[in-house]
Amino acid sequence: MNASLLSTLQTPFMVNAFIAGFLISITAGIIGYFVIARKTAFAAHALAHIGLPGATGAALLGLPVSLGLGVFALAGALTIGAMGKKASKREVATGSILAFAMGLGLFFARMSSAANAQMQSILFGSILTVSPSQLLVIAAVDVVLLVVLPIIYRPLLFSTVDENVAQAKGIPIQAMNMIFMAMMAAVITISVQAVGTLLIFALVVTPAAAAQVFARSPLTSMLWASLICLVSLWGGLFIAAAVPVPPSFAIVTISTVIWAVSQSLVRSLRKEL
Amino acid sequence: MSETEQHNVQQSVQQGAQENLSAHHTRQHSTQQHGAQSSPSVRFTNATVTRGHRVIWTDGNFSIPRGTVTAIVGTNGAGKTTLLDVELDLLHLSNGSVEVLGLPAGKANEKIGYVPQNYASDIDSNITAEQSVRLGLDGTRFGIHRMSDQQRDKITQALQLAGIENHRKLRLSEMSGGMRQRVAIAQALVSDPELLLLDEPLANLDIAGQRDLVDVLAHLAEDLGMTIQIVAHDLNVLLPILTGAIYLLDGHPHYAPIGQMMDSELLTHLYGTKVEVLKTVQGDMFVRPDPHVEPENRPIHTHTPAEAARFHSDNKPADDNARQMEVR
Repeated sequence: MNASLLSTLQTPFMVNAFIAGFLISITAGIIGYFVIARKTAFAAHALAHIGLPGATGAALLGLPVSLGLGVFALAGALTIGAMGKKASKREVATGSILAFAMGLGLFFARMSSAANAQMQSILFGSILTVSPSQLLVIAAVDVVLLVVLPIIYRPLLFSTVDENVAQAKGIPIQAMNMIFMAMMAAVITISVQAVGTLLIFALVVTPAAAAQVFARSPLTSMLWASLICLVSLWGGLFIAAAVPVPPSFAIVTISTVIWAVSQSLVRSLRKEL
Repeated sequence: MSETEQHNVQQSVQQGAQENLSAHHTRQHSTQQHGAQSSPSVRFTNATVTRGHRVIWTDGNFSIPRGTVTAIVGTNGAGKTTLLDVELDLLHLSNGSVEVLGLPAGKANEKIGYVPQNYASDIDSNITAEQSVRLGLDGTRFGIHRMSDQQRDKITQALQLAGIENHRKLRLSEMSGGMRQRVAIAQALVSDPELLLLDEPLANLDIAGQRDLVDVLAHLAEDLGMTIQIVAHDLNVLLPILTGAIYLLDGHPHYAPIGQMMDSELLTHLYGTKVEVLKTVQGDMFVRPDPHVEPENRPIHTHTPAEAARFHSDNKPADDNARQMEVR
């Protein structure tokens, strides 16, 4: 490794980015498993976009971008959650709201030069500009998820795998749905800082989909998904430090390549069977 | 299917029915004794249910003894699944009351095993059969728990009972519909339910699978005294183990012991097409559409053996796929 690359990797903004990548990969992998199992991948994608007007609106008002994005994503998540698990599969309604949200985000951005300047980093991420205070927020989301999830893990899994039976057994499936959607909104809010609203799928959904191939239980699936996220994030940062490419591009490329390899692995295994 | 194959299938169904017949009578006797000693498995009193503004059925007034095997029959949309939803308190009555295992509906759900119609039909999780069955034991518990040896044994027993023990490590997403259903049954059985509710369990199974399932249900009812309710369209495969039926007719649920249910006129009225009940010298009963009493203007679409053979040929012309012959 040459001295210039080493010194780049040791700069404070790069160290912050690696820490952010580590913290984001934990939660993205965990929530990604449930996003796949509950078939809410499109809702996850939409939530990031619904957060866009919140982010540009916050920039317009001089508030933290993450705060606006988080509030809008949470409001969107709770609205989708309140309509029930099936509502998150309503692709036409969700897609229509997604498009409107993007338009609204653009409208807010064009209203001030400050918001307009941040538009690209909101859309495509800016992991190299993560500040120590943002790291604290990301860490706080990690802590909340790692405390809440073990408590609700089995009822959430039951309601994910078979909602009808879980409901008959007395699990409050609506509450489970709301908690899950809120957790998803929080994870998306912190993940947007790494890859932006447009590329969120590659960080929350793609690694979890690849992990399904390697793991044979929900817990190992989450571990694999987190690991793939970490490899994508850290690998992407390393590549961005070594060659002049945007980190977001490198991150989603690694994630997508791992997913593509996993899918070809599945196909070859099926042929053998 | 050729005529010979049809004959073989019918013969195998008949053999299965005969094998189960003596056990059926024994169970009916023990059921009567058991039923006299305890509260009914379910009791409907003036029960009416609506979905939105639509009345599904009204005036349900019946009770079913424990230890019985009951079919829930009726035409599509008559409210068979709704009846199970009411018993589980997933849907509230708009009038009347329902008691299940001696308690108001919903209060005894931990004693009920439930296998819904679309059990994990489009599952996208890598959960295995064993992990799925485990959810039936501790899926409702909050917090972190280690699985005890006793729980592990119970899961093994349930998998064995459902005949899926050899595939316990297989993912649900890798299983056929029939195998997934066995897993769903094992999940329902793992908590030792007193009442087992199955919604269209025969729908995804071939004939061998249907017979296997009936054998499992016969064992649960006869040896373990479990009360079973099954939503079903095809009564024939279940007849050897049935003790009664809830039939949804003219917007009302009724209950009748199987002897009263097996009536051509009632079944004809129930299904809206002429139905004939046949009884063999051994005492087995079969239900079949009766072509001799069909209205003359009702076409029956079928194929001649020659046409059927052509349809199964690899070199068949594309147009032949759509050809049908009307036999009056």
